[in-house]
Amino acid sequence: MAIHFDHKPGLVVYLTAGDPSLEATRAIALEAIDAGADVIELGVPFSDPLADGPVIQRASERALARGTRLKDVLGLAREIRAARPSAGLVIFSYFNPILHYGLARFADDAAAAGADGVLVTDIIVEEAGEYLAEMERVGLAPIFLAAPTSPDDRLEAIATHSRGFVYAISRTSITGKQQSLTTDAAALVARIRRWTTLPVAVGFGISNAEHVAQVAEFADAAVIGSAIVELIERSTPEASPGAVARFIKGLHLPQAELAR
Amino acid sequence: MSSVINSAEHSAVAESRPGRFGIYGGRYVPETLMAALVELEHEYEAAKNDPAFQAELAGLLKDFAGRPTPLYFAKRLTEQLGGAKIYLKREDLLHTGAHKINNALGQALLARRMGKKRIIAETGAGQHGVATATVCALLGLECVIYMGDVDMERQELNVLRMRLLGAEVRGVSSGSKTLKDAISEAMRDWVTNVRTTYYLLGSALGAHPYPTMVRDFHRVISIEMKQQILEKEGRLPTAVIACVGGGSNAIGAFYEFIPERAVRLIGVEAGGRGKALGEHAARFSGGSPGVLQGTFSYVLQDEDGQIAATHSVSAGLDYASIGPEHAALHDSGRAEYVSQDDAATLDAVVRLARTEGILPALESAHAVAEALRIAPAMPAHDILVVNLSGRGDKDMGILARELKL
Repeated sequence: MAIHFDHKPGLVVYLTAGDPSLEATRAIALEAIDAGADVIELGVPFSDPLADGPVIQRASERALARGTRLKDVLGLAREIRAARPSAGLVIFSYFNPILHYGLARFADDAAAAGADGVLVTDIIVEEAGEYLAEMERVGLAPIFLAAPTSPDDRLEAIATHSRGFVYAISRTSITGKQQSLTTDAAALVARIRRWTTLPVAVGFGISNAEHVAQVAEFADAAVIGSAIVELIERSTPEASPGAVARFIKGLHLPQAELAR
Repeated sequence: MSSVINSAEHSAVAESRPGRFGIYGGRYVPETLMAALVELEHEYEAAKNDPAFQAELAGLLKDFAGRPTPLYFAKRLTEQLGGAKIYLKREDLLHTGAHKINNALGQALLARRMGKKRIIAETGAGQHGVATATVCALLGLECVIYMGDVDMERQELNVLRMRLLGAEVRGVSSGSKTLKDAISEAMRDWVTNVRTTYYLLGSALGAHPYPTMVRDFHRVISIEMKQQILEKEGRLPTAVIACVGGGSNAIGAFYEFIPERAVRLIGVEAGGRGKALGEHAARFSGGSPGVLQGTFSYVLQDEDGQIAATHSVSAGLDYASIGPEHAALHDSGRAEYVSQDDAATLDAVVRLARTEGILPALESAHAVAEALRIAPAMPAHDILVVNLSGRGDKDMGILARELKL
């Protein structure tokens, strides 16, 4: 248990929980872990995902249309934890569903489900007082996003308040833009490392083996979200787990090579 | 270097949170935007204290926008209702047709001062979009306006005006295709282009410093109102009434009266076509505290914290949250918030048009409807000031259909 990247680069996979169904997300997560994902980010679908591009917006709409609720996502986390005890597991959400559920209740239930950490897209460190206290109380790792636009004083606060890993945003953008990596990302990771020895994962716009290899040169892990969510969108529910596993194997991760 | 967080104590962190109105407000945004919000906060503070900036803004408000706006005594309406004297603050007479130009001018000057050449904005009814397109034309700035597909259809005239003024209008087809979704799309643009782009937010909403800054730019409404009513009546009004979508015209109309405890402040939300969630935009009667689009305030939401759909005949009030300063005024009891439904609003449009020869915007007509409701039972020496935030030309399509003109 707990978040760890044994090989470089590690892989963090984001899935919108409940897209296309909770059962499918469970099967996809297990296949992804077996194919080499170190950490699964289980996305709580939200009605107004303002940091996300069209791919994750559509996935959120589909999951909500099927009635996916926060308590269902926590139930799904519990099942994944039971089936894969050593994988990293992060609940990924916008703040309002958690706030409405109740911060303390959420912390208790997420910890009881076996999650390792929580990432809230629209919580910045200045607003995180009560949230950090709750995470600390139940032993969950709060993971903060660091942006290329974050000045050093903000990076220091982000790095010192994060646990598990620091999530470096590859460039100024919403999720899902598929271009080549900019020099922003490497510079940001170097700046983050001045404040922490935590692993640094790079996300936003990572969609293929070439990107992952680039990330390996300067960071500890790559986060893949939209590319996999889009693959799930294009596949049938039955075919999705296999398709995601093949996609991950195609990234040529070192631990995947070892597993063979 | 000083740390963003000054103390390891979580409680101290909580107490240091910026931009709060009571417990409401704050900043709930993706980290990518934080540097821009901090820069904006500092630049705004500097501009606020810069006499040259203030002089340029005052000059444009006077000669370009048409301030001060009159405070008009609605004599025939008052006589018909037989109660309190009704005054109308004529923001509808401003250039571009609504109060929105006050804030658009202020922020556009700020954007120019910050060296940003690309402006983005959201719009619901289109009045903020038109005001933004107008000031961008005036200052030679690139302008992109996000507008929900539903709103583009029902406020088509304003879409055409924005295009004529040189703005690019981008339709938003996600979610409810209204103001909320236009704000989300504008924020996505800003996250992506934050280094070059200024987000000219149109209501007293969003992350700090927007609610404070937008309020400050509309504060001129209540400054004039107070002076004008003292000149005309020698005393303060019994109540100030304003419609509340995000709440920019209302906070501008209320602000100078907040310390005047005897003056009632009445905000009018959109009652829509029913009391069920999804049928209205009455955040205080139907919502609960939550976080939407950067700020902590009252939000219409379901039992899972998903944002609810809203409905109003007026696009400008059709929004699931409300400015955080209104949330604080509501909880403290300093302001009262009521709602008027679509039918009462349409009646108010007709009544004001045929009694005073003034065609109010559907948004502003919600405030008129509340005045029509309460004035008759009030004594004749009482004074109601209604903030007539905009004119109704833009609504002719809806009015033609709804009123079978």
